[in-house]
Amino acid sequence: MSILVNKNSRVICQGLGRAGKLHSSHCIAYGTQIVGGVKPGHGGTTFAVDAGDGKSYDPVPIFNTVSDAVEATQANVSMIYVPAPGAADAVMEAAEAGIKVIICITEGVPTLDMARVVNYVKAKGARLIGPNCPGIITPGECKIGIMPGYIHNPGKIGVISRSGTLTYEAVWQLTNEGLGQSTCVGIGGDPIIGTSFIDLLEDFNKDPDTEGVVMIGEIGGEGEQEAARYIKEHFTKPVVSFIVGRTAPPGKRMGHAGAIISGGKGTAEEKVACLKECGVVVAESPAVIGKTMKDLLASRS
Amino acid sequence: MKIHEYQAKEILAQFNVPVQKGIVAHTASEVEAAFTELGEPLAVVKAQVHAGGRGKGGGVKLVKSATEAKEVAERILANALITPQTGPEGVPVKKLLVCPGLDIAKEYYVGLVVDRTLGPVLMASSEGGVEIEEVAAKTPEKILKEPIDPQAGLLPFQGRRLAYKLGFSGKKAEEVCRVMQGIAAAFLKYDGCLMEINPLVETKQGDIIALDAKIEFDDNASFRHSIYAEMRDTTEENEMEIRAAQHQLSYIKLDGNIGCMVNGAGLAMGTMDIIKYAGGEPANFLDVGGGVSRERVTEAFKIVLSDPKVKAVLINIFGGIVRCDVVAQGVVDAVNEIHLNVPLVVRLEGTNVKEGREILDNSGMTIITANGMQEAADKIVAAAAANQKGDS
Repeated sequence: MSILVNKNSRVICQGLGRAGKLHSSHCIAYGTQIVGGVKPGHGGTTFAVDAGDGKSYDPVPIFNTVSDAVEATQANVSMIYVPAPGAADAVMEAAEAGIKVIICITEGVPTLDMARVVNYVKAKGARLIGPNCPGIITPGECKIGIMPGYIHNPGKIGVISRSGTLTYEAVWQLTNEGLGQSTCVGIGGDPIIGTSFIDLLEDFNKDPDTEGVVMIGEIGGEGEQEAARYIKEHFTKPVVSFIVGRTAPPGKRMGHAGAIISGGKGTAEEKVACLKECGVVVAESPAVIGKTMKDLLASRS
Repeated sequence: MKIHEYQAKEILAQFNVPVQKGIVAHTASEVEAAFTELGEPLAVVKAQVHAGGRGKGGGVKLVKSATEAKEVAERILANALITPQTGPEGVPVKKLLVCPGLDIAKEYYVGLVVDRTLGPVLMASSEGGVEIEEVAAKTPEKILKEPIDPQAGLLPFQGRRLAYKLGFSGKKAEEVCRVMQGIAAAFLKYDGCLMEINPLVETKQGDIIALDAKIEFDDNASFRHSIYAEMRDTTEENEMEIRAAQHQLSYIKLDGNIGCMVNGAGLAMGTMDIIKYAGGEPANFLDVGGGVSRERVTEAFKIVLSDPKVKAVLINIFGGIVRCDVVAQGVVDAVNEIHLNVPLVVRLEGTNVKEGREILDNSGMTIITANGMQEAADKIVAAAAANQKGDS
């Protein structure tokens, strides 16, 4: 079991520039069903799959619009690499065409575009993950995004993170501790994102095969605190968290548009204190996220 | 991206917000002439810098004559302005805004931000002119909020509701409502991150005027606003941060002696944190992004090493799609090119890590390799401490 995506997910890729084609190829090599691509003006053609593994794959059909792609392929998930100026339009196109899980990898999307998009997607009953995120993976079944597949192992730990490479770090530690993952989701580093920690905690709560969750937060905003309060009230499984950015100076954007301490709010200290108060185990350093989860599970069995 | 007060006022004026008139001056004699041109008994000379808290730092002065205006301007222009937001070294002042003095009856606050849950939100308070963050912390009920539909803008009824709650009535409430709608329209049109009028004043003569204005734009929206490039004042920004941005590197200078080069913002922050836990101090935040090529690593080295405090450099790369052998070769080539003269610790993880480490080990250079973040942190802190000691 898993959340949101699995081996039956039928995925299209919107945005077939270098990144879109490269990552589609890697996803296909991982086993993801990439059933089509969307590139306006190129409908009726195909793109070649090159995952650099020396294997040959069938070319992937290209469509002019998402609705054409959905009609022809019954796609239900979209992975978006459309450059920032067109990303908001691409997300809304997917939602309008009936895609239910939309993963926007694109970074640098204007914040107000996302404010508009989030409302639109909600009204269409779709789930948007991202933007500015590594994507989502259900190990052994399907990978939708830019994360390296091989660091993951199928298993029972859910992972939710605002970061990209720090998520890989945490997943790698879990894998090395013998803890596989049910589904790992990068929710993105922007101020306005489609899916919150709480949305995914609700999903993981319902997933019988997820036994624990690793939640990686950053400075800025209140998403982690809201998640902590949700965990205290409703979440039944063990949670390990890590908040990155304890050394970040206030008022500076630490790479991610959303990672900023403003008006003294959103500091790592504030978040860690809130998580601890709500019964979440907080890893002491980014080097011991996996070990902290292993110890927590051992202490409960 | 921040802009100056006088530029923010120009933008708000386009949206029919009544802003206090003013004259921009670059020299003390221009300030003197501006005082005369305004022809009022009182004027205010205001330093134009991006940092807030100008008043506290002596960057805003009331003057009563052209001669006094000139003297005050000379003083402000001659010294770095130190405010609570600039750091102890302060910032140079190159422009001044000269505004007529007003008889203020009451001060209000109007501001817009993008809230992570509500989206764009307009905030207003009858406690203007003071530290609004303090008001928000101590008496949050004194800050009124109206979420703005990003498609529809601030609707007239929302503006009226705010105006009445602030205590306005009649024609004045309508005027205040127009100010609110104006700033909201400017925010949506120009992709604001932050827009503030603090204070919005009611004068003793009964006029509503924006006395100060502050605007920050969303850098991500620069592709659709040529005005950003026109209004940008790079002299207000850190030179190295600008240079890094030109190479798609995200760099922020800090105060420690350990230079960092990491892929991914989250891992970069995590690396800074673990250095601190290990007893060291990071000299910078630097995210090299996805493509860890020789060119990028070389440029990143140049930027990190431009800080004379740096006594050792840590490279922490978790290769995803990027292969570690490619990263390692890039690092070796870059080190050769720049003649690195401080200790270097490299931690590589990910695809082809074994080959990557071999390249580093066989490079003939003294590159210290590390397994895992903890070991990397311990090694870099030791290396920096040893090098620092050797220097002093």
